[in-house]
Amino acid sequence: MDNQAALFYVFSAVLLIAAFRVITARSTVHAALFLVLAFFSASCIWMLLQAEFLAITLVLVYVGAVMVLFLFVVMMLDINTDQFRQNFWQHLPLAGLIGAIIAVEMALVLMSGFRVSQAAPVDPRLAEYGNTRLLGIEIYTHYLYPLQLAAVLLFVAMVAALALTLRKRKDVRAMDPGLQVRVKRSDRVRIVQMAPEVEDAAAPEAPAAESSPGQSPKGAA
Amino acid sequence: MAAELSSSTLLAVPLAPLAGAIIAGFFGRYVGRRGSHAFTILGVLISFILSALVLKSVALDGARFNQTIYEWMVIGGLKMEIGFMVDGLTAMMMCVVTFVSLMVHLYTIGYMEDDPGYQRFFSYISLFTFSMLMLVMSNNFLQLFFGWEAVGLVSYLLIGFWFKKPSAIFANMKAFLVNRVGDFGFILGIGLVVAYGGTLNYTEAFAKADELSKLTLPGTDWMLLTAACICLFIGAMGKSAQFPLHVWLPDSMEGPTPISALIHAATMVTAGIFMVARMSPLFELSDTALNFVMVIGAITALFMGFLGIIQNDIKRVVAYSTLSQLGYMTVALGASAYSVAVFHLMTHAFFKALLFLAAGSVIMGMHHDQDIRNMGGLRKHMPITWITALLGSLALIGTPLFAGFYSKDSIIMAVEASNLPGTPFAIFAVVAGVFVTAFYSFRMYFLVFHGKERFHHKPYPGEHEHHPDDGEDHTPHESPWVVTAPLVLLAIPSVLIGYMTIQPMLFGEFLKDAIVVDAARHPAMAHLAGEFHGAVAMALHGLQTLPFWLALAGVVVAWWFYLQQPSIPAAIGRALAPLVKVLENKYYMDAFNEKVLAAGSRALGTGLWKGGDATLIDGMIVNGSARAVGTLAGLTRLVQTGHLYWYALVMLLGVFGFMTWRLWPHLTGLFGQ
Amino acid sequence: MGSITLGHVLSLGAILFALSVIGIFLNRRNLIVLLMAIELMLLAVNLNFVAFSHYLGDMTGQVFVFFILTVAAAESAIGLAILVVLFRNRASINVEELDTLKG
Repeated sequence: MDNQAALFYVFSAVLLIAAFRVITARSTVHAALFLVLAFFSASCIWMLLQAEFLAITLVLVYVGAVMVLFLFVVMMLDINTDQFRQNFWQHLPLAGLIGAIIAVEMALVLMSGFRVSQAAPVDPRLAEYGNTRLLGIEIYTHYLYPLQLAAVLLFVAMVAALALTLRKRKDVRAMDPGLQVRVKRSDRVRIVQMAPEVEDAAAPEAPAAESSPGQSPKGAA
Repeated sequence: MAAELSSSTLLAVPLAPLAGAIIAGFFGRYVGRRGSHAFTILGVLISFILSALVLKSVALDGARFNQTIYEWMVIGGLKMEIGFMVDGLTAMMMCVVTFVSLMVHLYTIGYMEDDPGYQRFFSYISLFTFSMLMLVMSNNFLQLFFGWEAVGLVSYLLIGFWFKKPSAIFANMKAFLVNRVGDFGFILGIGLVVAYGGTLNYTEAFAKADELSKLTLPGTDWMLLTAACICLFIGAMGKSAQFPLHVWLPDSMEGPTPISALIHAATMVTAGIFMVARMSPLFELSDTALNFVMVIGAITALFMGFLGIIQNDIKRVVAYSTLSQLGYMTVALGASAYSVAVFHLMTHAFFKALLFLAAGSVIMGMHHDQDIRNMGGLRKHMPITWITALLGSLALIGTPLFAGFYSKDSIIMAVEASNLPGTPFAIFAVVAGVFVTAFYSFRMYFLVFHGKERFHHKPYPGEHEHHPDDGEDHTPHESPWVVTAPLVLLAIPSVLIGYMTIQPMLFGEFLKDAIVVDAARHPAMAHLAGEFHGAVAMALHGLQTLPFWLALAGVVVAWWFYLQQPSIPAAIGRALAPLVKVLENKYYMDAFNEKVLAAGSRALGTGLWKGGDATLIDGMIVNGSARAVGTLAGLTRLVQTGHLYWYALVMLLGVFGFMTWRLWPHLTGLFGQ
Repeated sequence: MGSITLGHVLSLGAILFALSVIGIFLNRRNLIVLLMAIELMLLAVNLNFVAFSHYLGDMTGQVFVFFILTVAAAESAIGLAILVVLFRNRASINVEELDTLKG
């Protein structure tokens, strides 16, 4: 076994153990941290497969941004995780069965279909340009349009995340003109019948107080 | 050279009474009672005068008419039209119908003068006249059927005229439903003729009669025409009240007496006889059908006569007499003596209408008491009614020279000359019936007009009679002239018309082209023609024949039993009590109809309603499908647990299932290796 | 890598995928761990793509991974935003309590 194969086996082992711990960790924070480890191991495997750019991107983007975000949220929300562990191991047999069947099926297909043992001849441009540049050439020439779409997608995601979690300030006094225009008379004025209030002595100005003091002048239009 | 009849004249004949009916019916309140009777009588009078003119044209000038007035629909080659066929048969019927209708209209002015439904009554009887005329003048099966149904409808309306009386409503439903049973057969018969003949028109259908006679009913080896004729005759059985569809006629006496005279003696019930005579080209080709007709007629003639003996309601006696005489006409039809049957139809119309109207006059005099046991000695108080009733009764029993004699004896002679299998029974029935007819007719006559006056202290008061000894004078008096004039006018033909018309009708040219007789197979008419030597000779010969002696015996026995020794009938009644009980229950036919047929139909209806409609359709199909949808939805909604993990789980299972399905060939291939 | 064939790497991806499925089954109540399991699934898929890209000599696989990363990042962001708002309203991220859409 050459070095690369040995490294591959090591990284694979770490990856699988980490993945297993992600799903079985008692604490959510532990699960997140194990996921970070899994990503690191995967990155290393990708490096072995000579996809350097993607390997670095995985660490930068995934671990650096997405997992950090996960950890932010996990720590921000004070969650009682005990409730999640009830009857945890009860479902393992069924889950294990399903998972095992999926894995076996996929493996069978892949084994029977793809018997590529040797790596393909190395692209001569790879040595000349390096993986990153080759990937760049590919994206910016053949896949330019999807790239733009991906950018728009990210933008939309950003706006969506903002819109979902935006909270309004409570001390703002600005008015919404649309609301002002939509006001109806019945929202502002209410006519009430009331018996007149008669004064004892000075009766001359007969108090014709049929309309109540509740009649306020119409709201400032 | 045949003279021409104009179609507008012929159209005026049914339409004038219709106009009268519409005016009296819809505008009765505006024209008042006098206006109603004036317009309707005017309509029927116009109709009668025109019918008389038509008869003169047809009889003396040989005019004929057979045209379509209006073709109102053509369906797949089948023409539906309004048309008239006027020959001797039609002209005779038209005159009879309009004359009797005119008499009844006149009579009603007196009879119904106290009735609140005066205008409605006139409207109905004019409407009836219109319907009957459309029936007899028709030249196609469809118009015949229209007229048939219309007269049935008007009969229903008139029987239930006093619609607040429960017995009247029962009677009119019974009449309508029994008629419906007959109509079912009738329309089957029409259907068979139309299906195989391809036309509704009489002339075209009769032209095909010979080729139709060779066909058989599909699936059997019965002759098609036998089936068709029997079905048509079933319609006649319903309308002309032959056994076993006779049960409605006695009950129809619930209606006012004028309509009993018009509809249930002279015209509607004769529609069946008229129809069979009209269809003679078809009936002549089927001996089986003719035999059936004869036997049914014979049964009716004899057994209905028996029932007439024990009746105590004056109108019921005359009703059973009508049934018996209709049986006679039917027997004549069966013996292929169609013209004799139609002749008897005509004479019977006159004297039976007379007898009914006379009975009505008696009822009026007796202040609407109809029980003959409460009458007696009325000849002193109601002379005109008495004389005319006597003339009518003499005509009925077949006294020589009177109208009934010629027609009845002709029937008896025709039956004797018939060669069908049912002839012996028919001969016995018609001959024995002569005695029975004389007996019950004169029983009624003696009890009503002769003997002790029993109306002062009525021995049999009805529920609505006041106490007989309340000091009021119950002596009847003669009816007003509007009532007695029709009686006199009807008595004249009852005496004379037989003598005057027997030769042209039976043996002359009058009905030659209307009626077809196969002289080789059915020799009755030929035999009669051979025996006929003039009306006077026939009368003299009649004095020596058996029917005359039987009739005389019947009169004598009635006189003896009811005037001289009234205890004898009571003693016979006690001795033959079981027989009397059967007669009183009308051979238990009403009981059978009510308990088995009517109750069975109601049970079937209830069963179908509860079991079929409510349980099956409402319960299982309508509500059941709703419940099924509800149950299914209730089960389906369990999938919507609202829990995220459940949805994720289902998604995963779906992915897993999909994967397995797509990869199945690979997997099986793998395991197979 | 001499003795590591495409099949090996693909098997690794398969096992990783299966693990994440098991993870979904087991952690059905904890929303955050559910999201993490989804990330694992995406990682398994990415691994497959990179392996194919390497062994077939085609850059397209890596381009695909590029885009998957983008989408995964966007999806995580929005998912967590929803989680935060949910927690704000419900004070719980227990999936079992989110059943108002129950049929």
